Amino acid sequence: MAEVVAVIASTHHPFYYRASTATGAERPPFADEWVRKVMAFRETLTRARPDVLVMVGSDHFHQLWLDNMPQFLIGKAPFYDANFYNEEREFGLPRMVCQGQEDLSAHLLREGLDAGFDLAFSNELRIDHSITCPIITLRPQNDLPIVPVYTNIFAPPLPQPKRFVQLGRTIRELVESWPSRQRVAIIGTGHLSLELGGPRQFGPHGPDPEFDRKAVEWISTGDIEGCLAEVTLDSLHLPGNATHGFMDFMLMMGVAGDGRKADYVDTYDLFHTMEAYFTWYPDGGGGS
Amino acid sequence: MSKYLLNKFLFTVDRDPDLVERYRAEPRATVEWWESTYANRILGCHAGESSTWLSFDDTEREALATHDYPRLFELGAHPFLTLTLFIAMFERDHPPLGFQTEYARRLAHVRLPYPDIAT
Repeated sequence: MAEVVAVIASTHHPFYYRASTATGAERPPFADEWVRKVMAFRETLTRARPDVLVMVGSDHFHQLWLDNMPQFLIGKAPFYDANFYNEEREFGLPRMVCQGQEDLSAHLLREGLDAGFDLAFSNELRIDHSITCPIITLRPQNDLPIVPVYTNIFAPPLPQPKRFVQLGRTIRELVESWPSRQRVAIIGTGHLSLELGGPRQFGPHGPDPEFDRKAVEWISTGDIEGCLAEVTLDSLHLPGNATHGFMDFMLMMGVAGDGRKADYVDTYDLFHTMEAYFTWYPDGGGGS
Repeated sequence: MSKYLLNKFLFTVDRDPDLVERYRAEPRATVEWWESTYANRILGCHAGESSTWLSFDDTEREALATHDYPRLFELGAHPFLTLTLFIAMFERDHPPLGFQTEYARRLAHVRLPYPDIAT
């Protein structure tokens, strides 16, 4: 069976690409430290020597729209074009093409449906920065096939937080039951506290540093029970109006496992948002 | 009231470079054109299939026609769509992050809970 060699959760800051490639007067003062942290984070994936990446993210009203909005969707295609015109325009993100791993997509869809998740699918999916940002930060050579998993954290009504955790647990089980000898990394991105298009946006820090502190504690200690006891669809409005993206971190906690402490934790307090990077090695050591 | 149609306007304009410029330069005329020709297109269907019932109410039309993004926030338009399109139109007129911080200032009177954005 396939082996899960790394579980990785992070924020997906769309400005990283521009900040990290800027030079001279264009380079922001926080860029060098940010690059250093991302390079160290990248090494946590590299050392696990993955063959395939399962990529959990959320479309930001690019291909998925309110006339037909799935809650959870898995891509099944040989290729995924990536990034959209408005992401080039606002963030300077490049156009990309990722290779797909259709056998694993088919396995996750069939077994996921049979496990009680009525998953949508797409045979022609253009992925956006929720998936390309971690490719840029963690695997910039973009040389591994992927399986995109999209969640709806964006267009209410949303699934409950516990459903994200349950899906994460199921994805972990299903990858480990994939009849293949490949090494799989499961990577997901979301947000800590975040405000977009509201009065608390683009402040000197994330909109709710206390929520961020608690969130990092929940994630890094694998405290799913404590997290679910405090986090509801209503409560997520309080730290910032885009904080429902935290549910993708909860999904990744489900992938990592109850009570499973992260093997690597780092954060970076930037304007607008707290960056956060977590890696778990199911085999305990990583890269063995 | 149709939060869905407000969002559809913001979504379709934001993703078309020509429409972004047209809405920046001629907001009222662009809203009128869009409502008469675009509002009923079913985006996920083959060309030629349309709905028959979608239109703005006066408040929504006026908010779009006057680039009144605080009003769009109050009406429950999706904040991500509004922010993204208005950055595309007006960030160029400000120093770096200047428009984003002005945007926050113009919404500073808003208190929790924010308007419901469910459609």
